Amino acid sequence: MEIKNEITGWSSNQMAQKVAMDIHDGAYVNLGIGIPELVVGFIPEGREVIYHTENGLLGMGKTPDAGKEDPELVNAGKKCVTAIVGASFFHHADSFTMIRGGHIDICVLGALQVSEEGDLANWSTGEPGAIPAVGGAMDLVAGVKTIFVITQHCTKTGESKIVKQCTYPLTGKNVLNRIFTNLAIIDVVEKKLFVKELAPEVTFEYLQKHTEAKIYQYPQ
Amino acid sequence: MINKIVNSAAEAVAGIFDDATVMISGFGEAGSPIELIHALIDHGAKNLTVVSNNTGSGHVGLAALIENRQVKKMICSFPKTAISVVFPELYRKGEIELELVPQGTLAERIRSGGAGIPAFYTPTSVNTPLAEGKETRIIHGKTYVLEYAIEADFSLVKCKAADRYGNLIYNKTARNFGPIMCTAAKTTIVQAKQILDIGEIDPECVVTPGIFVKRVVEISNPEDESKLVAENRRYPWK
Repeated sequence: MEIKNEITGWSSNQMAQKVAMDIHDGAYVNLGIGIPELVVGFIPEGREVIYHTENGLLGMGKTPDAGKEDPELVNAGKKCVTAIVGASFFHHADSFTMIRGGHIDICVLGALQVSEEGDLANWSTGEPGAIPAVGGAMDLVAGVKTIFVITQHCTKTGESKIVKQCTYPLTGKNVLNRIFTNLAIIDVVEKKLFVKELAPEVTFEYLQKHTEAKIYQYPQ
Repeated sequence: MINKIVNSAAEAVAGIFDDATVMISGFGEAGSPIELIHALIDHGAKNLTVVSNNTGSGHVGLAALIENRQVKKMICSFPKTAISVVFPELYRKGEIELELVPQGTLAERIRSGGAGIPAFYTPTSVNTPLAEGKETRIIHGKTYVLEYAIEADFSLVKCKAADRYGNLIYNKTARNFGPIMCTAAKTTIVQAKQILDIGEIDPECVVTPGIFVKRVVEISNPEDESKLVAENRRYPWK
């Protein structure tokens, strides 16, 4: 019998820190709801980053203090936020012109599945009875220059989320640039996956064993 | 003399007919014209096609309009929230239609509707279930899907301040779909928190020029939707 030897790898905060290191000074960034939001806390000092939220705010700031919430100042997750000094408000067509016109530099999204060709599925499990809801995800992957995914490497039941072909409905095809998981950072280069960095204790063999898709190593 | 100001929400929504297409501004509760929606419930027009990003929360506003069985079809990008119960239940029973549209495509379809552009190509949704059955075309080596403009008979929009010409300004992220919906309807109906005299809105700061607006009603103390939902209130009020 095979002995299960699970490596936890990076924590969510450590993954967010890795993403933050890849966000350059001056970047316009859209963060998805959930784990991607953690990235804000890890931007290295000295880098000025402007956050876009697709419901019409460029220059999203921190969560407001208790009692200072304004229901007309919210983010894409409909949570109350603040606007930084120098922020701007605009309507939805302008907001999605920023996204669809390629003006946003980086988008960080969560994933249900990603494929070895850089496809993303993150909006629906396609279950009968589920209410389909897509929001801005398809616009973001189609329009933003660089798409990062931040996700656990495997599902709670231990199945690889990095698959040969997504079985869930796609958000976009060949859209991903880099995948940050608890086990590794993986680049998508010309429809192939290359490991960029391994989490502590994770070997290439271990990574491949826990990944349905084929992973390549960069030439040494 | 031009005077687009009307005296009540009921007067503002008068003439909305059965089978109309109605755009309703808002992203969740931010920018949702709850008093106009409640007036539309009182008015009673049925079989409506409603274009709005979401489907409302609890049993007030847009959710109440749906619950009152006045909506046959929703065109939206995100028909659920943590506290939406009305739409999911009717949808699962097959008693309301849904046209699911990516949020940016929804915005662009509305903008196009207002600008006289009948359709456009976009890469959003290509190779996904939301592009199935739609025309595609390869332009400069990349695949795009054809999306049609949406025009409405009426738009219901909330804003911060208006004047009698119908010039509008908005509040923070409550602006969202308001300005584009104003352009895309034959009759745009606005609830403003405040009516200002002509000239009080700096022309440099007007967001929606008055030409796009037909009727304005002042609602100086609009209901707070999340508060109503938290109190489990229902419209019509009981």
